[in-house]
Amino acid sequence: MRYITPRKRAEGRGAAHSGTEHHWSMTVSAVGLAFLVPVWLYILGSTLGQPREVVLETFARPFPAILTALVLVVGMRHFAMGATGMIEDYARGTSRKMLIIFAISLSWVVAATGLFALARIAL
Amino acid sequence: MADAKRAAPIERPLSPHLQIYRWQVPMLTSILTRITGHALVAGVVLAVWWLLAAATSDAYFATANAVATSWFGDLVFTGSLWAVWYHYLAGLRHLYYDAGRGLDIPTAEKLGWACIIGSVVLTVITILLVQ
Repeated sequence: MRYITPRKRAEGRGAAHSGTEHHWSMTVSAVGLAFLVPVWLYILGSTLGQPREVVLETFARPFPAILTALVLVVGMRHFAMGATGMIEDYARGTSRKMLIIFAISLSWVVAATGLFALARIAL
Repeated sequence: MADAKRAAPIERPLSPHLQIYRWQVPMLTSILTRITGHALVAGVVLAVWWLLAAATSDAYFATANAVATSWFGDLVFTGSLWAVWYHYLAGLRHLYYDAGRGLDIPTAEKLGWACIIGSVVLTVITILLVQ
């Protein structure tokens, strides 16, 4: 018989202490993307394959520009956190850290590149 | 734990144990969520590159547009379209599960099939809509 609670046994044994926050963050971005993505797919799908003038004209309009910016920022944050979760499941040690840093950096690079392109088109 | 032997670390398999379990619909649809979510970065990178090229110059756009509308671009974007719809439906299912619903096996299997069939249907509808 061990006079110790399961919580006491688990404490200090390596939990990241950020699971709830991570889960809630993914929930919030998922709900946001559920509204953003279908409309964005329609706009992007209709614009793909069009001449450059049409592409520039489309993404210079406020709604497609703001929507694309939101999809990029919220989507790439959602991706970075999901990728972090996956890497934590399958990798350990230094390779885990390097992969997580790479995933987060890639997400920011993609988002920043998209935002730069949007700014250049819209302004 | 006082009785634990700390000398040799136990080589435990990392989760989830894909190689061990027999494949079932809820399991397949669960891992597909993760696979589609990560594969989607390919479609996003191609779309962002295409948008950057459009913002830059005629010559750059000609190159990026040629790639984006080639068989390769079609493959990436059609695959990404299915992936995003699959991930979308599986994400909604996740929210439903999080609410503590649909966790019994028959319902979970039905929801799994709904994700698979629904994603294909939505992909076809989207392609027809943007034609």
